[in-house]
Amino acid sequence: MSIIIDLLSWVSLVAGSIFLIIGTIGLIRLPDFFTRLHAASVVDTLGCILIMMGLMLQAGLSLVTVKLILIMIFILLTSPTAAHALAKAALHGEVKPLLHHSGE
Amino acid sequence: MFAVTTIAILVAMLLALVRAILGPTLYDRILAVNTFGTITVLFIGIFGFLTERPEFLDIALVYALINFIVTIAVLKFFEYGDLGRGSFDQQDSEL
Repeated sequence: MSIIIDLLSWVSLVAGSIFLIIGTIGLIRLPDFFTRLHAASVVDTLGCILIMMGLMLQAGLSLVTVKLILIMIFILLTSPTAAHALAKAALHGEVKPLLHHSGE
Repeated sequence: MFAVTTIAILVAMLLALVRAILGPTLYDRILAVNTFGTITVLFIGIFGFLTERPEFLDIALVYALINFIVTIAVLKFFEYGDLGRGSFDQQDSEL
């Protein structure tokens, strides 16, 4: 039983690491601010959830798991808020989406 | 195996820093710093497990709070030029 939990934990930790690297590669490679915003939210959702799940499976039922759940809920609440504020501020500034230029 | 995840997190931090340095606009830099902060929270959490001292999670919780507040405060400062005033009604009535 312990081997199965360990295996699940390692799988989710490695998958979370892969999603972190995918998200930050997208942060560098994508052409536009708004598409980069899209890539950065991969890090905040899937990377965070998978790594926290892996750590929770390692910790078992204890106070550590409660703290991990608190961190995960807080990141899941605040990262869409920050992304929304960033997109609104960029539109309020002079940043235009890339589609706007190619359409004319 | 914690070491593998730690190395992956460090690589991701490096890539986010590259965008924060390159970023053509201000918003790209703020986005990269916000992502860097999220990855830092994950790094603090996993570093506690790597050194078998999970007390680091309290620091990670506080870091997540500060990261969110910093992003919102910097955005508000650069959008309105001031942290004290600036409601949406005033800005819209000027337009």
